[in-house]
Amino acid sequence: MMASMPKFFTGALIGASLLIAPAVASATTIERVTSPGGIEIWLVREPTVPLIAMDFAFRGGTTQDPADKPGVASLVAATIDEGSGDLPSRAFHERLESKAIELSFSATRDYFSGSLRTLVENKDEAFELMRTSLIAPRLDASDVERIRSETLGILRRDTMNPDELAMQRWWQVAFPGHPYARPVRGTLESVPAITVDDMRGFIHDVFARDTLKIGIVGNIDGATAGALVDKVFGGLPAHAKLRAVPTADPQGLGRVVNVDLDVPQSVMVLGGAGIPRKDPDFMAAFLVNHILGGGTLSSRLYKEVRETRGLAYSVYSMLVPLDSTSLFMTATATRNEAAQQTLDVVDKEIQRLAEKGPTADELAKAKSYQKGSFPLRFDTSTKIATQLVLMQVEDLGIDYIDKRNALIDAVTLADAQRAAKRMLDGGMLVAMVGRPQPALAKSDTKTEAKADTKTEIKAKTEIKTEAKAETPGTGAGTNGVPAMLPARSR
Amino acid sequence: MGRMLWALLLLAALAPAARAGAAAGGADVAHFTLANGLEMVVVPDHRTPVVTHMVWYKVGAADETSGKSGLAHFLEHLMFKGTAKNPEGKFSQTVATLGGQENAFTTLDYTAYFQRIAKEHLEEMMAFEADRMTGLVLTEANVVPELKVVLEEYNMRVGNSPDARLGEQISAALYLNSPYGRPVIGWRGEIEKLTRDDALAFYRRFYTPNNAVVVIAGDVTADEVKALAAKTYAKVPRVAETNPRLRPHEPPPVALRTVMLADPRVAQPSLQRSYLVPSYATSSKDAEALEVLAHILGTGSTSRLYRALVVDQRIANNAGGFYQGSSLDETRFGVYAIPQPGIPFKTCEDAIDEVIADVIKNGVTADELERAKTRMIADAVYAQDNQAALARWYGTALTTGSTVEDVQAWPDRIRAVSAEAVQAAARTWLDRRRSVTGYLVKELPQEKHS
Repeated sequence: MMASMPKFFTGALIGASLLIAPAVASATTIERVTSPGGIEIWLVREPTVPLIAMDFAFRGGTTQDPADKPGVASLVAATIDEGSGDLPSRAFHERLESKAIELSFSATRDYFSGSLRTLVENKDEAFELMRTSLIAPRLDASDVERIRSETLGILRRDTMNPDELAMQRWWQVAFPGHPYARPVRGTLESVPAITVDDMRGFIHDVFARDTLKIGIVGNIDGATAGALVDKVFGGLPAHAKLRAVPTADPQGLGRVVNVDLDVPQSVMVLGGAGIPRKDPDFMAAFLVNHILGGGTLSSRLYKEVRETRGLAYSVYSMLVPLDSTSLFMTATATRNEAAQQTLDVVDKEIQRLAEKGPTADELAKAKSYQKGSFPLRFDTSTKIATQLVLMQVEDLGIDYIDKRNALIDAVTLADAQRAAKRMLDGGMLVAMVGRPQPALAKSDTKTEAKADTKTEIKAKTEIKTEAKAETPGTGAGTNGVPAMLPARSR
Repeated sequence: MGRMLWALLLLAALAPAARAGAAAGGADVAHFTLANGLEMVVVPDHRTPVVTHMVWYKVGAADETSGKSGLAHFLEHLMFKGTAKNPEGKFSQTVATLGGQENAFTTLDYTAYFQRIAKEHLEEMMAFEADRMTGLVLTEANVVPELKVVLEEYNMRVGNSPDARLGEQISAALYLNSPYGRPVIGWRGEIEKLTRDDALAFYRRFYTPNNAVVVIAGDVTADEVKALAAKTYAKVPRVAETNPRLRPHEPPPVALRTVMLADPRVAQPSLQRSYLVPSYATSSKDAEALEVLAHILGTGSTSRLYRALVVDQRIANNAGGFYQGSSLDETRFGVYAIPQPGIPFKTCEDAIDEVIADVIKNGVTADELERAKTRMIADAVYAQDNQAALARWYGTALTTGSTVEDVQAWPDRIRAVSAEAVQAAARTWLDRRRSVTGYLVKELPQEKHS
């Protein structure tokens, strides 16, 4: 009970949905099952716990929102579990609750995902409720309005949330005119304009068998899983109708954009070009990121920003490989007076790694970490189901679990140096929210006022040595962390 | 998922706490005590070759000396600064190199440290934790920057968050005499003054094997753990005697209290009310009924509060309730609402009161009681899928006055809660005189000068 305070905090707001998903557990055996209806399932049988977990994803998340109506995908995700078929919202939820069935949906930039968790004894009912949610969601006006109102409330809160503001501003400046620039949940202007037809249009275009990836874990055999999957997804169109999403590189590298907000701590998100998932240097980049700001208490950023100087509670970096871009991002937050100093320290570490690469010892430790930690992603059924979908979405191959250690071992120091240079030397865009003092940046600063309380200061700045980092940021969820959030470090 | 996330955000903002720790699950759980007084719990889960190793100390923010708020949490940070045997960084570097995850957390009642790691490294983890149980070395050089880190954590959690600031005020108003009125992270002015000596004195008083519980969940057996403990924890000397954890008690509450916090960053006004109620430790019968009551009143979209305020009356964007039962002393039962734009707090508050009054007068239906119990008991089954969650449940229980048996009997006890007991709990405990209502606003209402 009570507010609990993890020593380290890692947020995960980064807008990317499906982040990095390597990992694997040697003890996990994945079966490829093809249903009688021809749908592929990756299945892990787990007989010792009486439950079944299923995750799935369709390609096409918020990038499929109409350009003038961001927020459709998110509204669909929040509303299709509000009643389906003959069951209006209340009856639907009572049915879920009376059987302890957990069913949920989410939209990220590139994917629309769903997940289901049920006790084995209730599986038929659980899969049936999932089926009707996908095929026959009611979208009753009263429910749509209720969820819309709730969404608008969250968007209003976000206007004052430094983490959210930093991320939104970063994406907005980095991808002008691109679907990635649009806020995932939509805006205060767009959400009121979304119609049920927009939502049905999204469902019609996106929910289809050809982009579907499914992972199932639990006390269930392949034949039973295949039959259930056919029931749930068999009625969907064979082909999705997706808008093309152009590939894009992040823009504005070298700039600092500032959103003024009267808070004691400035939140900064830094991002630049990363290395694509399919690039031969990806694994090297992944290890380099780990060394710079990955999830341990030994990363360079952790040591320099937090441990040595006490500048931040949370600081970390991550790779964000999306379908239409790949990013490297970093985030941290510091007292307003230390904003420039903190940016300088982060920048210096990025530079240093870009120029000299990691040491052989660091690389060896990073490899050891990555190999040792992967089973931790496979210790619950729900986590395994998530991994099964990620491995398919990223097209890693069903034998990835067995191949991964060799891929890690194959990275040489020269590979790491090359990847570090490629990834960290390209400059980065910084979004800063707070009231940094002295006012950040020392170049031409112009101010534009926005409608509401925030003022933006756009500073075109060469952060000293001229920024070179691509670090992912995350805003730490300032809202307070639910007590037992398993915080990574930093 | 979208909605679960919102619920999470709301919970985080409005009810900064986890659900009550009670739960069940885990077959073949072993529980034993070493000669030096260290309690150990082993929860086998052989599905994946990993373990979750947790050390729980029976000390939290409520055990701090008045004037030193934030000390338990500050010490938690400093526990990563090394020992004579394992200088700063060695433990964390080892965990990282082995691919483990680690962290720590502090609450009002306990402080816990954990690693999740491949099972073959368990002994090494146990050796490191045993070493820092009594061997911590602190220098000004590492204490000073860490205090700054904690102040940044304060900025992030509290300074940057109006919801958290209101939460602090509600707790302070709810607890007139109990140290539970104090924020876990501390009052800023007191955090700033914490020193190395404060931390060491606190450490020497509370960090001793006879004041700790080690919980290990994962791919191990009790016999294996016993053998490893003989080589590690069993060698840690008992360095302090523990005293019964008797904190100042709350007087019976008699006054309805309200607090209002204005912050220009509030874009979405909200209200929340906390009632002072029994915990599992102070009265488990009451706690079980309160747990069911909280589910019926406030969990999810079928709950009474959500139905009334959000669905039927359409006066709120969200509404719900929660109960934090795992607590050594009297705890809180919370309800909250986020009014729709233009709807006065009073409208929402009246609606909340009406929902509660209805339960007090007419009780709950057999159907909703059954649904609530099914859902709650299923949580215990789902928990079997998650060794880290199981470890937390046992650790929480054992550091907040409950036992292993209590955890295991929890589903049966929930099953036994009657509709009458739920109604009685509402009548007895959801009395506004036991409560503090907090309002979060952008600006204070204009004073009327007459």
